[in-house]
Amino acid sequence: MLPTQLSALLADPAPGVPEALDLVSSFDQGLVDGLARVSPSAFGGLVDAFAGSPLRDRVAEAADKIAAGSISDEHLFVLAGARSALFGAVHDALLGQADAALGRTRASWPGGSGDAATAANLLAGSRSWLRELAITGWRGVDHDLVTAAGQTIEAALAEPRLRRLATLLDGLAAELRACSPIATMDRLPVRRWGDLWSRAMLLAQDGGRLTPSEPVTGRLLVLGADVHEHATAVQIQVHGILETPGTAPRLVRTSVAAPKVDTIVGPAVWRLFAAHPVLLGALAERLTLDVTDLPLLDSGDLLWSDARAKAGPPADPFATARVLLAGAAAPAVPPLERHPARISEPVFVEGYTAVDGAFTLGDRTIAVDTTRLPSCGPLTPQLVAASHACIGLLRWDDGGWSLQPIAVLTMVKRQPVGVHTTDWALGPTDPKVVKAAAAAGDAVAVLRERAGRLLRK
Amino acid sequence: MDVERRSVAPIIPPVKPRKLAKVPFVELADGRLQGVVSSGSDVERVYVSSIGAGSHGLSCSTNNNRPCGGLRGSYPCKHLQALLDEAVLQYGADRVARYLRIDVEEGRSLTAGLRAHHEPSPAATVFSSFLRHLAYLELPDTTAPVPELHWFPSVGAAH
Repeated sequence: MLPTQLSALLADPAPGVPEALDLVSSFDQGLVDGLARVSPSAFGGLVDAFAGSPLRDRVAEAADKIAAGSISDEHLFVLAGARSALFGAVHDALLGQADAALGRTRASWPGGSGDAATAANLLAGSRSWLRELAITGWRGVDHDLVTAAGQTIEAALAEPRLRRLATLLDGLAAELRACSPIATMDRLPVRRWGDLWSRAMLLAQDGGRLTPSEPVTGRLLVLGADVHEHATAVQIQVHGILETPGTAPRLVRTSVAAPKVDTIVGPAVWRLFAAHPVLLGALAERLTLDVTDLPLLDSGDLLWSDARAKAGPPADPFATARVLLAGAAAPAVPPLERHPARISEPVFVEGYTAVDGAFTLGDRTIAVDTTRLPSCGPLTPQLVAASHACIGLLRWDDGGWSLQPIAVLTMVKRQPVGVHTTDWALGPTDPKVVKAAAAAGDAVAVLRERAGRLLRK
Repeated sequence: MDVERRSVAPIIPPVKPRKLAKVPFVELADGRLQGVVSSGSDVERVYVSSIGAGSHGLSCSTNNNRPCGGLRGSYPCKHLQALLDEAVLQYGADRVARYLRIDVEEGRSLTAGLRAHHEPSPAATVFSSFLRHLAYLELPDTTAPVPELHWFPSVGAAH
């Protein structure tokens, strides 16, 4: 990202965004107090905003019914859809702004979607819990209401097609449990829980659908990886550039996600991905990956399979970023995933001054989000502050852009050394961390051994 | 940072790594702090220990409900002490105190705030919770993207 590009990104806030977010906030306030208690005019703004949209009649009807105290799944679904549509519009404005600033060309959504999930009972069970939450409001949530979702979540986790919904509900339930009783909480994460509730409500209709795919054969050059984690899930999302014969280089992502328990944290999470040695090896050792007939979704997600990949020669992610990133074509975003929280555009930055948690480039400054540095890798805020080049993900939240570093170059003994979030994919390399890991033992093995003692008595 | 206006905000502080051999399982559930504690003397023995929220009733027994010899009156045995210590490591003292409804005086331990008494409770529910907990590790991983996890970044390194 050049100084002029950062300037363009930060120049003018996208028009309409603050107004859209205000509408969202008024809806979210309804979820705080509970929809059983909203005033008849609570959704007036929302209804007006959709007056010119195909959703007009359905939004107006849902708002009327809910204000009158008739709260059905169908009406909640419409309101969740309306809220998501507002964020979709915000997402499009922001991503358009980023693409324009970076000179990035993006594919348009071709349309089409895969099958719905068929687990009707689990979907209905999920909706029923979400409805209870909405009626009660966050302020009224207690341990009993959170625990009520337990069986549904447990069963949904075992159903592969519902993994997205189950992972989301489990993460939301854990937060609500940790904060209970919420009535006594000072400030609530109103927008966040509104986001999670709305997305869950949409996924609880049909489980979410996979987008169409085509098989691709070519070379994947890794830029780095973003790590997502809550108590019972972890996901490694690799960003890279795919070169296929006859096509311009494309930005792609590939993800592996595993269920876990809350005590498995830090570098130990990599062991959960032991079934993907080719991918982990390439991440740790910075190798290219040759892939054969790997499905590439229209969303730019490669469905990873170790069996269809082979590690090739070394490729420095910084060389990839310098040479290929600026010209790589970006994928479309699936309609139902359009939300600012999903924006994570890889960029390469150098020539900045790192001061107080921000990078200054030319006459502009962008916040650096070091809170998102994962505990499973060696990248620390100190290394970021001492860096002179960075591969990062552009993010947007609460009205502002930030940069999430996934790799940096720093000077060690006058030599530039790269530090990447994925450096410990095959195990930690820092002697202190190795020692601590050895002392703690293999968490999964320890847990199974202890459970075995209980079984045998 | 305005927690009310952010989509991504830290709500649960990251769990610090802890050694699992001594206390493999801790949870705040069913109105109790409960968990599984390894015997200090016998590698084959495992205790199921719990402290009731509000009541502060103490329970400690082996899985076949043989009572712990160290738990007699109203003072927690070393298994319960270990359970409480590891719960503080895992959840933070504030959350444990809030759940158990312990009034903690400045500078005193949580144990000092317990109005404890012996109140045996069945080990079986804790044991089945532990097995349910371990069931997460038996579920297959997935290579289909889970976009919702963008709301849950891994945040440990800055702590």
